[in-house]
Amino acid sequence: MSVAARALSPLTAGLAQIGACGIFLLQTLRALPRSLRYLRETVRQVFFVGAMSLVIIMTCGLFVGMVLGLQLYHTLSIFGGTAALGTVVALSLYRELGPVVTALLFAGRAGTSITAEIGLMRATDQLDAMEMMAVDPMAYVVAPRFLAGIIAMPLLACTFNALGILGAHLVGVAWLGLDNGTFWSNMTANVDVWDDVINGVWKSTAFGAVCTLIATFQGYTTPPTSEGVAYATTRTVVFSSIATLAIDFVMTAFLM
Amino acid sequence: MNANHDDALIRIRGLSTVLNGKTIFNGVDLDIPRGRITAIMGPSGTGKTTLMRHITGQLAPDAGEVIVDGKNVWTLGRDALFDLREKIGYLFQNSALLTDFSVFENIAFPLRQHLRLPEELLRNIVLTKLQAVGLRGAADLMPSELSGGMMRRVALARAIVRDPMLIIYDEPFVGLDPIALNQILKLIRTLNETLGVTSILVAHELAAVSRVADHIHLLAAGKIAAYGTPEELSRGETPWTRQFFSGEADGPVPFHYPAPDYAQQLGLAGGEA
Repeated sequence: MSVAARALSPLTAGLAQIGACGIFLLQTLRALPRSLRYLRETVRQVFFVGAMSLVIIMTCGLFVGMVLGLQLYHTLSIFGGTAALGTVVALSLYRELGPVVTALLFAGRAGTSITAEIGLMRATDQLDAMEMMAVDPMAYVVAPRFLAGIIAMPLLACTFNALGILGAHLVGVAWLGLDNGTFWSNMTANVDVWDDVINGVWKSTAFGAVCTLIATFQGYTTPPTSEGVAYATTRTVVFSSIATLAIDFVMTAFLM
Repeated sequence: MNANHDDALIRIRGLSTVLNGKTIFNGVDLDIPRGRITAIMGPSGTGKTTLMRHITGQLAPDAGEVIVDGKNVWTLGRDALFDLREKIGYLFQNSALLTDFSVFENIAFPLRQHLRLPEELLRNIVLTKLQAVGLRGAADLMPSELSGGMMRRVALARAIVRDPMLIIYDEPFVGLDPIALNQILKLIRTLNETLGVTSILVAHELAAVSRVADHIHLLAAGKIAAYGTPEELSRGETPWTRQFFSGEADGPVPFHYPAPDYAQQLGLAGGEA
């Protein structure tokens, strides 16, 4: 019995974590109306997780687009279909790569800093101090960051997509000599706003919610030690990445 | 033991707490009289801070009740608890200043969160409190630019900024130089005398505590081991007070953390040699 219990203990611990995270989500949602008082804090967080992530998102978007352009050009040229380059690049970016890669980068850039910041607030009693000053940290600290993630992620994904298409255009048109008009007209003819673009926006909104939920949860519940904060930061990246890819599969299956 | 004060701001009855398998409190009964300075003293690790966390609704006890200002803390809803906390100033052991904000904004924080004051008035209140702790000149510094003692004084200013009915000082004297210590002691006294604030002082420093406290509760081994005025306790009539007030290693409070036999652990005993 105890051997079985010990073998299952990582599983039960994991389930307990997921359960605790679910309760944390409910607490965050319940704190959302009260956090509207702290609108300025939300705006500050949108700047912090959104605007401050622009450099990494734009650089990576450009490179991903350039790689896509290069790879797809060679693959498509086998079938004589290089004219479809713009379409294929745009569809893969809008539907999959934009939201997913942005979420992975977001977890590394913004998620970790949210976890570390809240974790250190926990370790230095700042969250308790807020409680004692009758300010609910769920409404003042967690909810604004959660909202900011939901607002910032789709915007970042759109920026990523735009830079990605630009990168593919640079490679396909300026370098490999594809016709400029073909590139754009094929893309505009085959990419649907609702089915492709908005579809991706829904995805990245969900990723924004999940990534910031994990980041705030890990920070809020971290053991108040330097080791605890370090592990929590790592867990943020690991869990966010897994959750992003898993949810991506589920959403793709349903939104297809 | 509680017959001599009839008007208690805080009544604790039958408080029992077990943390991580260790019994912290085992049926503690305690009254904190209104308008007085009550010190909670005791050896390290006896749960003085835990007791404060029970009083302020931060940590739930396993059994017993905590009545603050006529309200049972552990039956209050969130809003009622927050209303109560608005009337309590809490000085944290490690200051717990908000690192994103300047000294001024740290002290202004509770005011900005709960009251809509004209900026001019808010500024005056904050500067008055800063003046009281001698740090008016440091208003624009960030917490990271302060020494530990200065942080403690800023935290003190923040704790008193809303003129609370109860101030809890958790280790207020740690890291203060003798000048600051003297001023803080005077401030605690003044707040108590002029505003009638009830104060709870959690501290180790006997000399300092004896100068301001009206009563001392000595907490040891999960119980109130002794209670009385500083003079009464310093006479050392029980083994607890005798040991604590003279600082001896031998007595009911073990100085050593539980350990195996010293000689045996060093390999000097046991007869095999």
